[in-house]
This record gives sequence, C-alpha cells and structure tokens, in this order.
Amino acid sequence: MAKARIATVWLDGCSGCHMSFLDLDERLLAVAEQAELVYSPLVDFKTFPDEVDVTLVEGAVASEEDLHKIKKIRAHTKTLIAFGDCAVTANVPSMRNLVGKKAVLQHAYFELATLDPQIPTLVVPPLLDRVRPVHDVVKVDVFLPGCPPSADTIFAALVELLAGRMPDVPALTRFGK
Amino acid sequence: MTPEELTLAAEKEENGSRAFEHIVGVCTSTACLASHSDKIKKEFDAQVKAKGLTKSVRVKAVGCCGLCAEGPMVYVESQADAEKAAETRTYAHVSNEAVPALVDSLGAAPVADLACDTAQPFFTRQHKIVLEHSGVVDPERLEDSIQVGGYQALLNALTTMNPADVVDTIMRSGLRGRGGGGFPTGLKWSTVAKAVGDRKYVICNGDEGDPGAFMDRSVMESDPHRVLEGMAIAGYAVGATEGFVYVRAEYPLAVKRLKLAIKQAERAGLLGANIGGTHFSFKIDVRLGAGAFVCGEETALIASIEGRRGSPRPRPPYPAASGLWGFPTLINNVETFANIAPIVKNGAEWYAALGSGKSQGTKVFALTGKVKNTGLIEVPMGITLREIVYDIGGGPFDGHTIKAVQTGGPSGGCIPEAYLDRPVEYETLVQLGSIMGSGGLIAMDDTSCMVDVARYFMEFCMTESCGKCIPCRVGTVEMHALLTKICEGQATMTDLEQLEELCDVVRSTSLCGLGQTAPSPVISTLRYFREEYLAHIEHKTCPAGVCSGLKSGAVKAKEVVA
Amino acid sequence: MSPTMTEATVVTLKIDDREISARSDQTVLEVAWENDVFVPALCHYEGLGDVGACRLCLVEIKGSPKLTPACAIKVVQDMEVITLSERLQKYRRSIIELLFAERNHICSVCVSNGHCELQWLAQKLGVDHIRYPYLYPKVSVDASHERFALDHNRCILCARCVRACDEVEGAHVWDLLGRGVDTRLISDLGTPWGESETCTTCGKCVHICPTGALFEKGKSVAEMVHARPRFAAMARVRNNSGR
Ligand SMILES: Cc1cc2nc3c(=O)[nH]c(=O)nc-3n(C[C@H](O)[C@H](O)[C@H](O)COP(=O)(O)O)c2cc1C
Ligand code: SF4
Ligand code: SF4
Ligand code: SF4
Ligand code: FES
Repeated sequence: MAKARIATVWLDGCSGCHMSFLDLDERLLAVAEQAELVYSPLVDFKTFPDEVDVTLVEGAVASEEDLHKIKKIRAHTKTLIAFGDCAVTANVPSMRNLVGKKAVLQHAYFELATLDPQIPTLVVPPLLDRVRPVHDVVKVDVFLPGCPPSADTIFAALVELLAGRMPDVPALTRFGK
Repeated sequence: MTPEELTLAAEKEENGSRAFEHIVGVCTSTACLASHSDKIKKEFDAQVKAKGLTKSVRVKAVGCCGLCAEGPMVYVESQADAEKAAETRTYAHVSNEAVPALVDSLGAAPVADLACDTAQPFFTRQHKIVLEHSGVVDPERLEDSIQVGGYQALLNALTTMNPADVVDTIMRSGLRGRGGGGFPTGLKWSTVAKAVGDRKYVICNGDEGDPGAFMDRSVMESDPHRVLEGMAIAGYAVGATEGFVYVRAEYPLAVKRLKLAIKQAERAGLLGANIGGTHFSFKIDVRLGAGAFVCGEETALIASIEGRRGSPRPRPPYPAASGLWGFPTLINNVETFANIAPIVKNGAEWYAALGSGKSQGTKVFALTGKVKNTGLIEVPMGITLREIVYDIGGGPFDGHTIKAVQTGGPSGGCIPEAYLDRPVEYETLVQLGSIMGSGGLIAMDDTSCMVDVARYFMEFCMTESCGKCIPCRVGTVEMHALLTKICEGQATMTDLEQLEELCDVVRSTSLCGLGQTAPSPVISTLRYFREEYLAHIEHKTCPAGVCSGLKSGAVKAKEVVA
Repeated sequence: MSPTMTEATVVTLKIDDREISARSDQTVLEVAWENDVFVPALCHYEGLGDVGACRLCLVEIKGSPKLTPACAIKVVQDMEVITLSERLQKYRRSIIELLFAERNHICSVCVSNGHCELQWLAQKLGVDHIRYPYLYPKVSVDASHERFALDHNRCILCARCVRACDEVEGAHVWDLLGRGVDTRLISDLGTPWGESETCTTCGKCVHICPTGALFEKGKSVAEMVHARPRFAAMARVRNNSGR
C-alpha cells in the first residue's frame, strides 16, 4: 500500500503545536512507516505539493498571505485538520480583534518604534482586518483543539485518520488543553 | 353612585347635551395633538364665544376616531330641528385658519373642501365595539362616559349577577385575549377565580411594545373609563380587590387620562370602596414601565411592578396561580378589558354571534404601510385581509401592487398577496405562518424587500431581548448579522443554512415569547419569499431595489436556481 | 423550614424509560442528577433559586409540545421525561457555541483553564469548534477589589453570583445592567467592585462562578480552582432542618 502523504503548515500561531508534534518522539517512526511528510516547516520543501492526504494546519488566518496559503492548501488536501486552538478558535492571535488592526499596527510600528516609525509595506504581508479561525475561511474536516494538543492526542488522531477512521476528538482533547 | 343615581346622571347629561344645537368634537389624541389640535379646540372655543354661540354650540375635546393620517379630525353633531334631520359631519385636515368658516357653517352648508366622506369603506366596513365611544366622548369627563352608558355594566353585574355568572358570561362570549396569544379570557378568569390566595390582583397590560402599534394607547387615551370598568368587573368576577394598569412611560397622555379617570370614578363611587353602594371594593393604580418590549410579557411585567428587573421567568407557575407578590393574578390586555362592559351589557350570545370560527367579536388594528388609508380600525373577526387592505385601506398607491401583509409585529409573519382572501381568525393566521398579534397590520408593496423586513424585525428583537437566556440574547445578534450579510450581498448558501438552523434553535429553546417568536418574521419570509433571499445571495440582486449596493429588479427566470 | 412544612409526597416517574421515585418537591433536574442521569446545566446551582436562564437543561416531557427546563419544573406522578435525544443534544451544542461566540474565551490564557464548567461542557457535548461568528465585544476587567477580580470577557451571565450574594450572603452586591447582548454584571449600582460598600469579601461569588469570570487575585493561568460552596447543606444547617 502506498504511504499516505501528510503535510503540516504554520499560519498565525506560536509553533507550539509543531513542537508538540515533535514530542511524538519515537512514535514519529511509527507514523513514518505509514506516512510520508511531503511539506512542513520542519522539512525543506518550498512549494505545497499538488496532492496531500492529510494536512495539519497550525495557526489562525491573520494576513493576506495566510489567506492565500490556506486556500491553496485546501484545494490540494483531502483531509484538512485545524490543528490546535489558534487554528480552531483563532485563540490568542484573535485578541487583536478587540482593538482592531489599526490600533495594533499603530502600537507596534509607531508607539513602540525607536526610530523611523512607519508601517512596512515590503516583506511583511498585510494584515487582514480580523484574525479568523481556519473554518471561517475554508472547509475543515477535523478539529483538534488544544493549546497545544498533546503528543498523545496528535498520535491517536493520526493513527485513526491513517486507518481511515474519524478520531473521537472530545475523548482526546478540549479547548485550552 | 347607586345604579339609580347612575341612570339619573346619564339622563341628566343627555338632556344637557340636547340643550345644544351643535356639538363640535375636536380630536385631542396623540396623533392629532401632534398637529396641534389643542390649539384648534381653543380656537373653536374662542370663535364660539366671540360669535355669541355658547348657548347653542358645545365644543369638546374627544378621543381618536381612527383616521389619524388625515388629522386633525373634527366632527360636528347637529340636532334635528323643524327643517332638518339630525346630522353628523366629519372634517379632516382641519387647521386653525379653517375654524371661523367651520363655525359659520353650523346650521348651513358644510365646508366642502374639508369634508371627510364617512360613507367610504374606511368607515362603513368597520364595526366598533371597543372603539364605540372613542372619538365621541371627552376622555377627561366622566359625565361624557356616563351619558353613553359607562359603568352601567359594572353596577349591573354587582347588583344582579354573582361572580360565577360574570365568569360564565365571559366564557360563553368566546372572547379571547387581545394581547397576542388569544388565550380564552373566560378560562383565564375562571382559573384565577378558583385559585386560592389571601389576596388577588388584576393587571391591565398597557405596555404595547410592538413597533408601530397604537391600539391600546388609543383606547386608554380616548376612552379610559371603558378600561377601568372592565377591570373592575374582572376584579368582581375573580375576587380581587386591587388592580394595576401597567402603561409604558412613553404614553404620558394615556397615563394622565387614566389617572384622572381613576380619580373621577373614585369620587363618583364607581371605583374604590363599596362601589355603587355594594360590598364590593376595588382600587386601581397606574404603574409606569420604562418602555421595554419585554415588559409586556406577563412575568416580566409583574417583576417590573414589584420593582425588580423586568425579565421573564419560566412558567409554570402561571400568574393565575402565582403572580404579583406571589398572589393569584389576572392579567389581560387593554383591548380585552375594553370588550368586557359591552359583553356584560349585551350578553354573551350577542358577542358570540359576531365573528367566525373560534374567533369572536372584533379586533382593533393599527393599519399602516403601503396603502392609501392608514390609521386605527376595528373590524369584525372573520373579515378577509383583502377587505382590510383594499376596502378599508383603499388599496396600494397608484402604480404599485400589494405584495404581502405583516401581522403580529416582531412575533408575527408576512402573509403573501395570494392568501389575502383568508379570514382574520386566530387559527387561520397561525396556519399561514403568522399570528393575530396585538394588532399591528402593515401592508407591503413591490417596493418592500422581504429580507430587509425580516432584518428590521430581527434588529428590534435583538435590541429588545432582555438578555436573560442565551439563545435569544446571542442568537438574535447572530441572526441579525446573517440577515445583514444577505442584504449586503455578502452571504453564501452556508450562511442561509446557518440562519435557518438558528431560527430553529432560538424558537425552540428561548425562555419567553420574545425569543420563541423572534425567528417568525424570518421563517415566514423564507417560506413565501425564498426566491428573494436567493436573489440576494446568488445573484447579488435585491428585487425590490431596497438593499443598497445590490442590483435591483427582477432576477430573470432562467437565472433563478430552483 | 421545619420538616413538617415540607409535605412532599412520593411520586414515581420515568426518566429515559427508567422508573424512578422522587419527592414531589424536587425538580426534574435534581432527580435526574440524584440518579446519575446526565443533564447539562450552567445557571442551576444547588441551594440557589432557579432562574431557567441557560436553557442547557431543556428536556422533553411527554405530552408537552415545548421543551422544558428541568431545573424549573417539579416532578409529578407518571411524568415521562426524555433527557437525551439527537434534537436536545443539537440544541445544547448550539447554546454552548453561542456562549463561546458571545464573549472572549481564550481558554489557553484563562485563569480557569481546566477548571471551567463551560469548557468542560463543551468537551462533554462534543463541541470542538464554534460555527457561529465570534462577536469579540470590547469588555473590561474590574480588578479594583483587593482580593478578587471580575473579567467580563469570561462572564456568561448565568447570575449564579448574583443569587449567591443575594440569597446566601444577603449582601446583594451583584446585579445585571442593560439589555440583550449588552447586559453586564455590575456591583453596587455600577461602581467598581473595590469601592463597593456592600461587599463583605466573603468570596462566595468567586467560588460559585462556573467560568473564569470571577477569580482570586494572584492566580495565574489555570490556577483558579473553585471551592464550590455547598449552599444547600449550609441552608439546611442554618434552618436546622433535617431533610
Ligand atoms: C415579548 C412579549 C411582549 C408582550 N407584550 C404585550 C403587550 O405589550 N401587551 C399585551 O397586552 N400583551 C403582551 N404580551 C402578552 C402577555 O404576556 C400576556 O399574554 C397578555 O397580556 C395577556 O392578556 P390577554 O389574555 O388579554 O391577551 C407580550 C408577550 C411577550 C412574550
Ligand atoms: S427569550 Fe429573550 S426576552 Fe425572553 S427571557 Fe430569553 S433573553 Fe429575555
Ligand atoms: S472561562 Fe472557561 S471557556 Fe472561557 S476562556 Fe476561561 S476556561 Fe475557557
Ligand atoms: S461572573 Fe460568573 S457567576 Fe457571575 S454571571 Fe458571570 S459567569 Fe455567572
Ligand atoms: S440549568 Fe436549567 S436553564 Fe440553566
């Protein structure tokens, strides 16, 4: 049987979910027996492949770039997993929604600036008006809340998915866990 | 006053009126007052005095006659004399400047350009019981009410019927609550009558929060004694000795007139201790609400009278068992109480013979929207919606067509043109996805966008939700956001699905009637005008051309997705 | 209340097809919980008056077309109650989702993370994401009290604190202000909690709060564990009734 192609991506999050993924430790080998990591910030592939079976998305959708990426990812992924609270609820990144984009930029680039205060237009992608959970933008197939979801949770969910079954998420994790 | 004294007082007042050749009635209810009818009344007084007619002409302030949009309204009642039969003339759009001419016309030809044709269906298709004396009596004079038979039913009941007879009469009359729900009034009375309690209360619900509704206001302003009499009869029937009229503070004129009426009736021995010389005592007080829609809900209203935050509580227990301060409480709507005296006076059979199906008597509606005649109307139950809209309302404005009729306000629904031949009955309106409601009736034509209408009512519910229970508090906000998204052409079919799902959640799980019926305008417009929603969502088109930013006009047939 | 005053009779009823006996002065919720039948609830708290506000405890009662809050209805002989159905679960999930959408629940940085009834119910009812758009209201934190704080971002307006303070402590510090989604919990007619003249600093409200809205100062993320005072037992002791 061909190995499943899995990917992980990192939008507006703290990378904690990816760290938790690495905490799978020796269980990564078990996963590797069944699946191949075809795209990830942990490995060095430049473009998102055309066909992916399972993509774990960490982070909320906060910038134009995130939006562009997630749409592309969705188009090329069979099973898309909102991976961790930032992807599921927009979590901490969404706290800027209370004050708005302008106030945040103002604070970061003017009030806190020591010299040459201005909002960058190059390299840094423009922010969306609102930080949004992934499912607010594209269809999500599995929600894996947790901040971050534990390695056990990730492993259990992956085992189920690779076996073609839906994981029993509430039995594994919850918001904030 | 004993019954005999009351009869004498009525006769005396009648004879007094007959001494005048002409009686000029100037409407001084809110709508006409807004066009300064109080000044017109003063001008009449001045003119009559100046022309030395004070012996033959009586000028009085009266309540609302219904055709508010044509105000200020004035009527002139002339006695028969050797040459002419008795006659009543009605004038519309009267101004201060017109008063001299009107005074000069007394006994002569009418002032043609102000004359209001009372032979038009707006007047002839109505049937007045509740509003029988509105626009006829001076709401600030007890004697006026007495002249037309006021308090006779009360004294009659006190002296010739026992409480159970009264309950039985109301039961057999088929009267149902006019506050919206249509609960059988007699059944409610008998429940309170049977309830055990050291004390019992009667509450008249005059909160009237539906946007655009002014039926109860008009009754309280134009004929307050009618309401008080109904409450006192109810007090006798259920065994209560104290009553409250709960009126929203935004109705200062109603409050003033009710308070005055209570004082007058007490002084005349028609309210207060030992009414009419009998053993029955009944005291009425006015309580003001701060104008929250939810305070019209009976348990919230009771909390408000008790001085607590006006939010509903789960029922049971119903107020009939445990109401004001925990005592059995009868709570009825203003219009319900206004029906009581005529029923007691004319008998249950007389009332039961009016109307159709399980809906007896008449219903007062505030007719508004896209029709030629708007105002306050009273129609027999069973009349068709078409008769109301086309005959009484005069139909749509030229070049337009009626699309739907909205009844029941934010708790009701939109009934499309195709069903206008259905009768106005509680059950029929529910079948059509709306409710009788308390009497708001809005005609809509081709320039009305049904999504926008649904959004308007949702906005109302969202801001009027008391905030106690979650589905109503948050659900209405989410539904309003979705409806706004549709109106702005930003919505997808997923949003529509979510809207429908929320309708079900909020309707099924909210605590009180406000939340339970908040989705109704959405549900009914989706039922009959789904294609308008789809036009907004899939074609970014508002067929009525109301929603700015969208294309207007019809979606071509082939574009419509089934 | 003396024992003779509670002239309750014993009734039998069915909950989810199970024959159960109960006292006629008990609510359906009490009886269900006593018999280990799970019915979710947030605004109910044993020993406080019920208000029927959260709507999570809605159950089906045979013969009644409407859903009924189990906390606000007394059991009667031969009643047939259904506490679990697809429809009920769907509504319960929707209500939880609406609560999460209403204020700003960032569990990962919340003092009550891991000790929160809302969070626990979400998991128990299988709510793993919120379908409704978040409202992100801009609300404040009142940290003016010397020992406690109120974070409106986490308040679900269950009014447990209001009732605990009023019915048990007798201080009535808390009440609700405003309407609809703008409703806010206030202390002493809207003055900061720290300036309250009625607050006795008893902490009952803090320990009865189902979420992270009321907490002890100095507690960091996930450190606020509620003591869950036993008001019903307190009331029994206070009234010397042996129920
Ligand atoms: C949100 C809400 C608002 C209401 N507003 C009114 C009102 O303004 N006037 C009224 O008479 N009844 C109103 N009602 C109905 C009352 O709760 C109550 O049923 C009614 O006053 C009973 O009188 P009736 O039997 O004579 O209709 C309202 C109900 C709800 C749920
Ligand atoms: S349905 Fe709305 S108005 Fe009624 S109790 Fe609930 S929040 Fe208050
Ligand atoms: S109150 Fe509960 S649900 Fe809200 S953020 Fe805190 S832990 Fe999460
Ligand atoms: S502070 Fe806590 S107990 Fe009080 S209403 Fe809010 S959530 Fe409920
Ligand atoms: S526990 Fe019954 S409604 Fe909240």
